[in-house]
Amino acid sequence: MVVRKVKEFIIEKLILICGIASIFFVLLIFLFLAKEGLAVFKIVSPSSFLGGKSWYPISEPPQLGILPLILGSAIVTLGAAVISVPIGVGCAIYIAEIAPLKIKEVLKAGIELLAAIPSVVLGFIGMVTLVPMVKNVFHLPTGLTALSGSIMLAFMAMPTIVSIAEDALYSVPKTYKEGAFALGATHWQTIWRVMLPAASSGILAAVMLGIGRVIGETMAVMMITGNSAVIPQSILVPVRTLTATIAAEMGEAVVGSEHYFALFAIGIVLFVISFAINVTADLFLHKRQ
Amino acid sequence: MRNPHRTQKIAFFLLLLATLLIVVPVGLIVVIIIQKGLPGISWQFLSDIPRQGMRAGGIFPAIVGTVYLVTGAIVFALPIGLLAAIYLSEYSKDNFLTRLIKLAIVNLAGVPSVVYGLFGLALFVVFFKLGASILAGSLTLGIMILPIIITSSREALESVPYTFREVSLSLGASKWQTIRHIVLPNAIPGVLTGTILGLGRAAGETAPILFTVAAFYLPFLPKSVFDQAMALPYHLYVISTQVPNVDEKIRYGTAFVLLALVLFMNLVAIIIRYQFRKKKKW
Repeated sequence: MVVRKVKEFIIEKLILICGIASIFFVLLIFLFLAKEGLAVFKIVSPSSFLGGKSWYPISEPPQLGILPLILGSAIVTLGAAVISVPIGVGCAIYIAEIAPLKIKEVLKAGIELLAAIPSVVLGFIGMVTLVPMVKNVFHLPTGLTALSGSIMLAFMAMPTIVSIAEDALYSVPKTYKEGAFALGATHWQTIWRVMLPAASSGILAAVMLGIGRVIGETMAVMMITGNSAVIPQSILVPVRTLTATIAAEMGEAVVGSEHYFALFAIGIVLFVISFAINVTADLFLHKRQ
Repeated sequence: MRNPHRTQKIAFFLLLLATLLIVVPVGLIVVIIIQKGLPGISWQFLSDIPRQGMRAGGIFPAIVGTVYLVTGAIVFALPIGLLAAIYLSEYSKDNFLTRLIKLAIVNLAGVPSVVYGLFGLALFVVFFKLGASILAGSLTLGIMILPIIITSSREALESVPYTFREVSLSLGASKWQTIRHIVLPNAIPGVLTGTILGLGRAAGETAPILFTVAAFYLPFLPKSVFDQAMALPYHLYVISTQVPNVDEKIRYGTAFVLLALVLFMNLVAIIIRYQFRKKKKW
């Protein structure tokens, strides 16, 4: 009996430790990013790091301004949001409200399929199909542009947007819909005037999480946006995002160099952005419940 | 006066269009990769090492590397993830700590994959001095898939009816005995589904392994967990952007193998889930 009690005591403590492991890992990630990244602020001030217009990390002395990278991420993300939000929310409405049961299952499987495709495969497909298409349609010297990145990333954001927005629409109480129908509203009027407003906080969370996915996406964006770290003047030029900069340059950066610290500092920026997005989206999702 | 029925028709048509705009390209992507990738697949391609600067030969070391990495990640993430899920579903109370844990899980799921790569580099490669190795890469991937495993295992555990636990407890079983012999066996299919989805995710990710394990070109197999290794997603990245003049067949072939691997795992997960739902007795 005593042995069993001791054994159970140990197991239950182990379960508790694993339970709080997630908190531990989040702190650990932040700690190690900070440990390596904050060192860069001995060389540049935070304002000239975030607002500096030139990124030449290996020139002498290195110029470590990430404004071109922030703007690169911003333009690609904005483009992806403009494409993916209406299409994604539209698809969620179609699946949740209109599609017959059998088609609904097929569509949901298709969306899951898209979510499962590795980003490097999407990047590869983008390189061989989308990039030449963009080049020819807009008569550009290269198809590796922010626009190509936006289109590809829009696809990667859609599974997130569709599935969370669809959940939000499902969780609207059935009585709302019945009430609207009883007053003589058409199905579309019910969706537009009753369902969408009722599900709005969940849909907002869906959009935010989709955008979070876009900002954090690395491989596909590195393969098709052309990797040019200058301030973008339009959506039809090559850009370089925050994520792509880390992925492309860390391999060459010497551990402990200014360049290495600066790339970790970019990691902190990304971590803080994704943290803010996820916490806010979580608040919206809980408000609904 | 505006005709509400015509408005509805137009609106529904636009919604259908939006849906097709997502689903049709997905189908096209899969069809293109199968059509162009399948002819490049042969036993030799799957079992040979890359030759002539990766412009010929096969992808065997990359396949093996990915299998090692994914196995390592799951060995690390499954026990921790499952126990964390048990904590959340069986032990936690509705308090601040639980709220904090859930928030941490949401955040782990949202951290960009390249940031996981940085973290793995700083902690495992540099701080623990593991170097770029299978171990460092596996641990990094393991932490990355933890939220997937916790979330799906928790759902599976919570879907076991409360009465099962009450009966077991009323017969004098302890809490842990109840979990071990009653709750867990009923939740296995759900846990398995989450595990396989985690595997698929780990197999396809590139950014977390860029600086923690991936070797550009390594024409032999890793001998221990402290060795570098090639991996399928990184290999696809390398031959499509870093090496000029790689035969299209090799590129599409590699993309096909990676996609097939990931989709196969997802398919297995979906089938397990489906069977489980069908057999569910409560």
